[in-house]
Amino acid sequence: MANTVQQSEELFTADGTPLQVSLARVHRRQKLRALLLVAPLFIFIFITFVLPIGDMLFRSVENAIVANILPRSTKLLANWDPSFGELPSEKVFAALLKDLKESHKNRTITRVGQRLNYESPGMSSLFRSSGRKVKRIKEPPYTEALIKANKGWGQIETWMLIKHFSPAYTDGYFFAAVDAKRLVSGEIIRVEENQRIYLALFVRTLRLSFIITVTTLLLGFPIAYLMAILPTKISNLLLIFVLLPFWTSLLVRTTAWIVLLQQQGVINEFLIMVGMVNTENRPEMIHNEFGTIVAMTHILLPFMVLPLFSVMKTIPKSYVRAAVSLGAHPWLAFWKIYFPNTVPGIGAGAILVFIIAIGYYITPELVGGTTGTFISNRIAYHISSSLNWGLGAALGVILLGVVTVLYLLYDKIVGIDNMKLS
Amino acid sequence: MASLPPYLSASERVWHYVFRIICGLTFFFLIFPLVVVVPLSFNAVPFFTFTKEMLAFDPAGYSLKWYEDFFTNLNWQGAVRNSFIIGFFATLLSTTLGTLAALGLSRPNLPAKTLLMSILISPMIVPLIISAAGMFFFYSRIGLQGTHIGVILAHAALGTPFVVITVTATLVGFDNNLIRAAASLGASPTTTFFKVIMPLILPGVISGALFAFITSFDEVVVVLFVGSFKQRTIPWQMFSGIREHISPTILAVATILVLFSIALLFSVELLRRRSERLRGIQQT
Repeated sequence: MANTVQQSEELFTADGTPLQVSLARVHRRQKLRALLLVAPLFIFIFITFVLPIGDMLFRSVENAIVANILPRSTKLLANWDPSFGELPSEKVFAALLKDLKESHKNRTITRVGQRLNYESPGMSSLFRSSGRKVKRIKEPPYTEALIKANKGWGQIETWMLIKHFSPAYTDGYFFAAVDAKRLVSGEIIRVEENQRIYLALFVRTLRLSFIITVTTLLLGFPIAYLMAILPTKISNLLLIFVLLPFWTSLLVRTTAWIVLLQQQGVINEFLIMVGMVNTENRPEMIHNEFGTIVAMTHILLPFMVLPLFSVMKTIPKSYVRAAVSLGAHPWLAFWKIYFPNTVPGIGAGAILVFIIAIGYYITPELVGGTTGTFISNRIAYHISSSLNWGLGAALGVILLGVVTVLYLLYDKIVGIDNMKLS
Repeated sequence: MASLPPYLSASERVWHYVFRIICGLTFFFLIFPLVVVVPLSFNAVPFFTFTKEMLAFDPAGYSLKWYEDFFTNLNWQGAVRNSFIIGFFATLLSTTLGTLAALGLSRPNLPAKTLLMSILISPMIVPLIISAAGMFFFYSRIGLQGTHIGVILAHAALGTPFVVITVTATLVGFDNNLIRAAASLGASPTTTFFKVIMPLILPGVISGALFAFITSFDEVVVVLFVGSFKQRTIPWQMFSGIREHISPTILAVATILVLFSIALLFSVELLRRRSERLRGIQQT
C-alpha cells in the first residue's frame, strides 16, 4: 500500500533523478567517506596488533615441527597401527634414519627432540645422542642398527609418541596449560602431583587480583567520597594526589616500593629505629605475596578512585539531606540512599582494576619473588627462557579469554564509549 | 575547612575527624612512595635507605654522583635517546591515524561502529604480556623483532586507543553545521579540516598525543620482547637495572621522571580546561 502511494507522489531532484535514489547515493557516499577515515587506522591495527594476536592463537595449537623435521618417517607412520604391539617396519626405520641424518646436518634435530621432550621427558637426549651416531650407520638392517645406537628406538612408546605428534595441529599445549595431558592412547589424565603448577598459578592470579581489587576499593571509596563532598577547589587539589601517581612511570612506582619494603629498606630501618622490631628478625615484606599486593594496590588505586569519583560527583547532595530530614540516621541515609547510587562506579572501578591486575607482569616480576608472581610471569618465562612457545601461547590464550569475558562485562556495565581518561 | 554544622552529635563529630584521618592516610599512601625516592637519590653511599648522615642533614651524606652517572653513562644516555626517538615517531603515527579514525567514528552514518570501535580499542584492553608475546612471535617472523621500526610500530598500536578516545570525546557536541557553513562558503574539505575542525579539536588531539607519548615512554613489556639492547628505553634500562645490579642511579632517574610526570600532568590539565572552554564557547 505504502509503496503505491510513494510511487504516485515520487519526488525528483533538479537533475531529474528520483529523490530516493539521489538520497541513497549521498548516504552511501557519506558512509564510504566515514569508512575511509577509519580505514588507515584499522589496517594499521590489523597488521601491527590483530595479526600478532592471531599468530599467538596459531602458535598455541601449531605443531608442524615434528612433521617438518621428520617428513619421511611421519608420513609412513600415519599408516602404522600401534595396537598390534609391534614396532614399525624396516621401511619406517630407513625413513627415520634419513630424516635424522638430514636434521643432524641442518642442526634442527635438537628442536624436534625438545618439542617431544615437553610431552615425554628423555626424548631430547634420545634425539641428541642418535643424531651423533646415525652418521656411522651405513647399511641395513636399519632397525637393529638404530636400536643399537639408542635402545629408545626399540620401545614402541617412542614411535607412538612421534606418530601422536605428527599432525600439524595439537591440543597438547592447552592440556599442559591446565596440568593435564593426553596419553598416546587418547586417555586424558592429570599430570603428576609435583608437576601441577598452572592451575594453582591461575587460581593464585585470580585470588591476588581479587584481593587487590578489594583493597583498592576499601582505600579508594573513602577518598573518592571525600573528594565528592568537598568543595571543587579543594577536591581538585586532592585529585592531584591521585593523578600524580597515575601519571608517574610504573617502574618509578615499583622502584619506590622496593626502596620502601626491602630488608634494608626505609620501612624496616624505621621500624628498627623506633624499636618495634630488632635487626635479626626484620619482617619480609617484599619478594612475596605481600609485596605484590601492596605495590599493585598502590599502582591500581587511581583506576578505582577515578571512576568512583566521577560517579559520586553526579549524586546530588540533597538526596542524603532529604533522607536525614525525614528522620533517617546519617549512617542509614548513607547506606540506603547514597551507597546504592555509587554501585555503577564500584562496578566500573572493580572490573577495570581486576582486568588490569590479572594481566600484570612488571610489578609481580620485580617484587613478587616466587610466591607473588602471576600467570603472565610464567608466560614471559616460557617465551624468553624455556622457549616452550606453544605452552606460553596456550597460557596466553586462556588469559586472553578470561580478560575478554571481563571486558564484555565491563562494556555491558559501563559502555566502552563512556571510558574516560582524565 | 568549613566549620561543622551545629546540629551534629558528638559521635558524628568524632567520625567527621576520623574519616578525614583515614583519607589523609590513604593520600599519604598514594604520594609517599613518590616522595621518598627524591631524597634517597642524593645519597652519598650506594644504599637504598637513609643513612645517619642524611638524617642529620650532614652535607657529606648527600651527593650528586648518581645524577652524574645518569648524565654520563652511555647506557642511560642511549636509553634516553631511544625513549625519545621511539616515543616521538610512535606518537606521530598514532596521533595521525587516531585523529582521522576518530573523525570517521564520530560521523553518524558509519556502519558497524561498535565492532570497529572495539577492534580499535583492543590494544588498550588486551594485557600487555599477551600483546608483547603476540608481537614477539609475529614481528620475528617478518624480521621486525629487534629493530627500532618494530618497537615504534608496536608502541604506535598501543597508543592509538588513547588518541581515538580523547579525540572522539572532544568531537562529542561538535557542531556539524560549522562544516556545512564552511562548505557553503566555498571551502574545500581540506581547508575546512585545517581551518575549522582542527583548531576546535586541537586540545583533544594534543592531549591524545600526550597520552600516546606517555604510553610509549612508560612502556616496558613490549620493548622487552620486541626490542633488544639496541632499542633499550629508559624503562627497559630501569627494569634490567632493578633485576641485575641495583644502583641509586635508578632513584635519580626516578626523581627526574617524577618531575617529568608533574609537568605532563599540568599540561594535560591545562589542555582539558582549554578544550572545555573552547567547546563551551561553541555551544552557545
